[in-house]
Amino acid sequence: MTVVGVVGAGVMGIGVAHNLAQSGYETVLVDIDEQILTDAKAAISRNCRLSRLMGGPALDPDEILGRITTAVGVEALAKADFVIENVTENWDIKREVHAELDRVLSPEAVVIVNTSAIPITRVAAVGSHPERVVGVHFMNPVPAKPVVELIPGFHTAQETVEVTRQLLSGMGKKAVDVKDASGFVSNRVLMLTVNEAAYLVHEGVATAESVDEVFRGCFGHPMGPLETADLIGVDTILYSVEVLYEHYADSKYRPCPLLKQMTDAGLHGRKTGRGFYTYDNKG
Amino acid sequence: MSEYTTAQTQILSFIEARFPQASIETGQDIFSLGYINSLFAMELVMFIEKTFGLTIPNDELRIDNFRTVEAMADLVARRSVPVSVD
Ligand SMILES: NC(=O)c1ccc[n+]([C@@H]2O[C@H](COP(=O)([O-])OP(=O)(O)OC[C@H]3O[C@@H](n4cnc5c(N)ncnc54)[C@H](O)[C@@H]3O)[C@@H](O)[C@H]2O)c1
Repeated sequence: MTVVGVVGAGVMGIGVAHNLAQSGYETVLVDIDEQILTDAKAAISRNCRLSRLMGGPALDPDEILGRITTAVGVEALAKADFVIENVTENWDIKREVHAELDRVLSPEAVVIVNTSAIPITRVAAVGSHPERVVGVHFMNPVPAKPVVELIPGFHTAQETVEVTRQLLSGMGKKAVDVKDASGFVSNRVLMLTVNEAAYLVHEGVATAESVDEVFRGCFGHPMGPLETADLIGVDTILYSVEVLYEHYADSKYRPCPLLKQMTDAGLHGRKTGRGFYTYDNKG
Repeated sequence: MSEYTTAQTQILSFIEARFPQASIETGQDIFSLGYINSLFAMELVMFIEKTFGLTIPNDELRIDNFRTVEAMADLVARRSVPVSVD
């Protein structure tokens, strides 16, 4: 039985754990405190209940949660075959978590880094087995999105890439191969778009509603960039733009001050109930 | 105003609060408007359960029950009437 550890029970960890359990994998979900894990289980239960409404299969929340155990701290992952890391998009946090994982995991375990923009090679260099570390950029909401970016780091072994592709296929995901560069393909473009859309609101050129309406109405996008920001997390957008800015040392990635202010004010989007829009529930 | 019309009004104002640009009729398929997606369906479920103090059973959590304001008000009416046992 393949055991998969999931580190970080935020927006992405919740979706990844749900997707793994739905696909029959024994899943261990880890975060830094018990309350976060309790909230994560409640969110997974609610998402299972609403699965059919969202275009997915009918799911029994108890059956899905039955395959997920939770734990505070990565020690619980000693027996994991794979670990999917989804902690905050912040280099210091990622570095510390990968150093801990390196101490705890079996040397055969594959470490999958889920990040918006941090280069995989940089994360892989933290531990002693860079050949077992690979990047997968999952899309949000994870169970509803069938395609991911698969990113080998400089030292990633071909075998690591192939077993990861198999795991992804078991999760119902098709992997698009992408080379390691900050932001990969998706966020190199998307983060700039969202950042520029935030500038439009910041400068008073248009309201968030109007910006999104232009993208939906004129371009036929299913969602505008600012609704997308609320779905991703306004804080995560800011951190990702900061990573790009730092990495490329290119002023075209300068983060919009509005994103900073919203992050400071706790307007993180759907997950906190308010971002560019206000939500009735946390979701 | 009947409870049914009140439910319709409450649901309509919830949708219009989120989509101020919309002018929605109670019989209109909101998902065909182009800017309301299934993520909003999830919010509608939460809103309806909280506002009308009910739990929608799993077999009623179908997109067809949330397509129109009328369908949602019907759902609320169905769930609010005590089931007669005989
Ligand atoms: N949100 C998205 O749409 C999206 C999409 C693709 C990739 N990502 C990437 O996935 C990662 C997670 O993003 P998110 O949106 O879930 O963020 P989030 O802020 O919702 O969640 C991060 C979680 O990590 C936990 N965490 C922090 N330090 C930890 C530690 N030392 N050990 C264990 N857990 C720890 C936090 O408590 C929190 O629950 C980021 O790198 C982000 O860039 C996000």
